[in-house]
Amino acid sequence: MRDPGRGLRILLLPALPVLLVATWWLTTADSTNFFWPPLEQILRTFGETWFTGRFTADVLPSLARLLVGYLVAVALGVGLGTEIGSWRTLRALVEPVLEFFRAIPAPVLVPILMLFAGIGNEMKVLVIVSGCVWPVLLNTVEGVRALDEVLRDTARCYRLRPRSRLVHLVLRGASPQIAAGARQALSIGIILMVISEMFAASNGVGFTIIQFQRSFAIPQMWTGIIMLGLIGVVLSVIFRAVESRALSWYTGLRMSQRTKG
Amino acid sequence: MTTTPIGATALLDVRDLRKVYSGGSRSVEAVRNLTFSIAPGELVCIVGPSGAGKTTLLRCVAGLLNSTAGEVVLDGEKVTGPPRGMAVVFQEYGRSLFPWMTVRQNVELPLKEKKVPKAERRRLVEQALEAVGLADVHNAHPWQLSGGMQQRVAIARAVAYEPHILLMDEPFAAVDAQTRADLEDLVRTLWRRLGVTVLFVTHDIDESVYLGQRVIVLSNSPTVVLEEVAVDLPDDRDQLTTRSLPRFAELRAHVYELIQRAKRGDRPAG
Repeated sequence: MRDPGRGLRILLLPALPVLLVATWWLTTADSTNFFWPPLEQILRTFGETWFTGRFTADVLPSLARLLVGYLVAVALGVGLGTEIGSWRTLRALVEPVLEFFRAIPAPVLVPILMLFAGIGNEMKVLVIVSGCVWPVLLNTVEGVRALDEVLRDTARCYRLRPRSRLVHLVLRGASPQIAAGARQALSIGIILMVISEMFAASNGVGFTIIQFQRSFAIPQMWTGIIMLGLIGVVLSVIFRAVESRALSWYTGLRMSQRTKG
Repeated sequence: MTTTPIGATALLDVRDLRKVYSGGSRSVEAVRNLTFSIAPGELVCIVGPSGAGKTTLLRCVAGLLNSTAGEVVLDGEKVTGPPRGMAVVFQEYGRSLFPWMTVRQNVELPLKEKKVPKAERRRLVEQALEAVGLADVHNAHPWQLSGGMQQRVAIARAVAYEPHILLMDEPFAAVDAQTRADLEDLVRTLWRRLGVTVLFVTHDIDESVYLGQRVIVLSNSPTVVLEEVAVDLPDDRDQLTTRSLPRFAELRAHVYELIQRAKRGDRPAG
């Protein structure tokens, strides 16, 4: 495998983003199109749009709803997934139903959830939960089901108590799959955070973008989209940091398997 | 000397063990009738042709598998699940160690489950790792070690557990020949030092004669005991001198002959 070296890779990392921004900047520099304002103008508006009160009034509430919804979904997904993954009969019983529910796009639930959860925070958190729970749940089921037979036998022979078995065998063993599910859920969560605020809301990033669009504040609308992109990047960086710490054993294991052939 | 104390009852009793796997309309009789017993402190090898139900037998003894008929009695108690005071070393060393734990944590976990106090736990873990020659890799993860070293960790974990009986299921089938010889000597050393009862399952005839005080030869499936061979070699064994003894060659030839008969489908009379 060609490895240009760590230093060079770190240098190359921002190359594509810089290129894309530069292209955007240059192609829109002389733009007179009302819907495609010059990037320069968008960036000039960014600070005043978001850091004069909107950060605490809109961004933080959005993030709070996302965080609550996401954490509830992960807890629910891992909890139910562990149970379903552990019992073959239960799995056979619920798996077709799970596939059905997963196939329903969460955004269509918004109008329904509005009917009985209102248009407040509860509804938005519920929408996020209802979309995020599936990848976590299904991946956890898969991870628990695929636990190594020999490892299970070892745990039985050494008479691991149910609690230690859950912590040291089941959850740790399924953690690579759980992390994969949680990663998918995070991007779904961001999408649903925005969508839930587009229907009925009084604050939030999604709400603000729609407001700008309706009032033809086009540069401001673009800053909102950039803000969403930045939120996504920051969250994914945080996720990766946590993941690489928790799964360092898994990365090492896979690398050792590859080198041993 | 490691003779059985006079009057001691068997530690492990396998009586009329039978195991039939039934899947749908088809059922396979893996083990027909196995009866043997092991005295406290004995090192007994079980050898048989491949497909002789060795693993089935070991899983029944370990309480990982329910027998169809007959019983396994350990320490006077009928085995219905993995019993207290038993440790197992599996063939698949790479899959029996927890990859997310360090070597030390792997060895320590069963002791924590047994509620061994912390200081004692520390002592046992260190002793066990020292005994298998791994005193300096406490904080490594199993996958950072070679196959032979991983199996040493599994053995250290079993030893630290201070079991009454140690079951080993073809533990060295997947390591190279040199490592294998080292590990065989390690098992003999640990057995003599600790006085633990060992049931060692293998398909390797030389290994069974070299290690055991007694070799139980199994027939092919559906399995019965073909013959029990007492190994009257000196207790001090080493790879070079023991294996070149005329008596070793005789025993080896005898067991070899038995295995050949087993493969042909010979069964004991009656």
